[in-house]
Amino acid sequence: MAEQQPISSTDDFIKGLWRENPVFVQVLGMCPVLAVTNSGVNALAMGLATTFVLVLSNALVSMLRNFIPKQVRIATYILIIATFVTVVDYLIQAVSLDIHRALGAFISLIVVNCLILGRAEAFASKHTVGRALLDGLGMGLGFTFALLCLGGVREILGSGSLFGLSLFAAGFQPWIVMILPSGGFFTLGLWLLLFNRLKAQRQQRLDGQLAPQEASS
Amino acid sequence: MNDDSLWTIFLNASLVNNFVLAYFLGICPFLGVSGKLATATRMGGAVCFVMLVSSVCAYGIHQLLLAINAPYLQLISYIVVIASTVQLVEMFIKKMSPVLFRALGIFLPLITTNCAILGLALFQTNKGYNLMQCMVYALGAGAGFTLALVLMAGIREKLELATVPDVVRGTALTLMIAGILSLAFMGFAGLGA
Amino acid sequence: MQTPGNNSAASWPLYRALVGVGMVCGLLIVSVFVLTGPVIARNEAAALQEAVFQVLPGAVARQSFTLGEQNSFRPARADDPPQQMVHAGYDAAGSLVGVAIPAQGMGYQDTIRVLYGYDPARQLIVGMQVLASKETPGLGDKIEKDPTFIANFKALDVSLAEDGKALRHAITAVKSGSKVSPWEIDGITGATISSKAIARILEQSSQQWLPLIYAQLAVLNAGSGGIDG
Repeated sequence: MAEQQPISSTDDFIKGLWRENPVFVQVLGMCPVLAVTNSGVNALAMGLATTFVLVLSNALVSMLRNFIPKQVRIATYILIIATFVTVVDYLIQAVSLDIHRALGAFISLIVVNCLILGRAEAFASKHTVGRALLDGLGMGLGFTFALLCLGGVREILGSGSLFGLSLFAAGFQPWIVMILPSGGFFTLGLWLLLFNRLKAQRQQRLDGQLAPQEASS
Repeated sequence: MNDDSLWTIFLNASLVNNFVLAYFLGICPFLGVSGKLATATRMGGAVCFVMLVSSVCAYGIHQLLLAINAPYLQLISYIVVIASTVQLVEMFIKKMSPVLFRALGIFLPLITTNCAILGLALFQTNKGYNLMQCMVYALGAGAGFTLALVLMAGIREKLELATVPDVVRGTALTLMIAGILSLAFMGFAGLGA
Repeated sequence: MQTPGNNSAASWPLYRALVGVGMVCGLLIVSVFVLTGPVIARNEAAALQEAVFQVLPGAVARQSFTLGEQNSFRPARADDPPQQMVHAGYDAAGSLVGVAIPAQGMGYQDTIRVLYGYDPARQLIVGMQVLASKETPGLGDKIEKDPTFIANFKALDVSLAEDGKALRHAITAVKSGSKVSPWEIDGITGATISSKAIARILEQSSQQWLPLIYAQLAVLNAGSGGIDG
């Protein structure tokens, strides 16, 4: 199994943002964080916390990749991820008690985010520390971007504000269901629908470009 | 010290604050396994059992960590215990009932990264439940998870006979159905209050 | 996991990896814990202080007390459980303004945690702040912000009966606008259960704490405040 030569090391970073976006394309890792995306601030905090854990655990897994035998790799990855999640939990508590209270136990639930374990297994254990860092950063920021899409829509429609700043006049009747869990399900379903549509259109365009070539050859 | 009554705890965990439809926990198996009614029921049963055992273990660990004053080890010890519990449950079922083991198949190891189990352990610790309350909480959560799973499976089986637009097919559709189910479950709010 | 029949030579890297990684992780966790511990404690003390001063208007200093053996109050120590603590507030002259008491109970959706201020001199609840609630946004969460509801707690009658062992009148929530007695709470239209929950939480907590506090005012008065419990 030969390693693919990267197009450039920035590709490691960029791919996580859009092409292989963890939430919209890979549909990974939404599970533990959807409950706290009912506002822009919470979504941002959750996304950044996950990125923090992802980057650091990717780095540590990559550093130790020749040291960890295959049989115990999943156990050690989980140990490493749990460590960084505990670290970020205490850091958030130290920085802002309000955010910690808003996110609650869901910070600790980052440890079962399939995205982090997935990246450690699929990428960090097979590449150098530098590339693992970039990969973690890209995936993490892509994840944060997806969470912001979710949290932003939910906050705008459900509270009439964005990041706490009131957007509409006082007469605006907020669509409360958006802040509630069912709103989260609907919003994510609609975003996925949008992405599927974009993918389908792109596929049609690619097929349309190929067909004339085949006809002429 | 939490003095919620056992009945309130059970109602809360299974209906009012259903783990899947209110907390978004356990979505991965929810989206993946809810295609067929038979597998959904079995998965629900396995999760119930693992939840009960993990809940008791988490309670024990929490008391131990309090005694040795090492609260920072909470997350690591919970996740290690949950993973081991799943391994043990798998070996136990394999020995006791090979038929059941074959029926559950791949689902058991999937439960390890099931956020619902870890979420259960963390929530019950935050609420300060005693042992009896923990067990009832676990039973309620498992029952609620199974209920949501079975409902979703029934709906999806029926949907297979319907025409569905391509862009919605798959995860997007399941999520929207889950949204409607979640809305329906909101009707339970205030039950037992 | 391991292939059967592994000899001990091959399992050494396994143990080395697990133990090595375990030690690195342990070191990381403990250092962050030790580094952030004081900051977190400071933040929590500051948040508590702010809440206490908010429910006890006029208080500028605070001293926490724990219910110790034989149900008698003593100054709180750092490792006392927070649920057994009450917080006395003192004004600039050092005299007791009142006692802030934490309480919690089941609301409509999930547990509600509150802090309320008790003035023993006038036997009134003078302030109430919701610390944590997950009530329905737009309806139940009005218990946190609705000014009419908050006004209920500026002078809520919690006078004790003659024997000092229980409240003379139970705190009850009534329909919005129909409050007649000073021990009633005007509920919020559309959030009856959340309002009733607040009443129940305050009622249970007062029945438990107020007789004890009233009986031991001397101990609480003696606290000079300005010392963080």
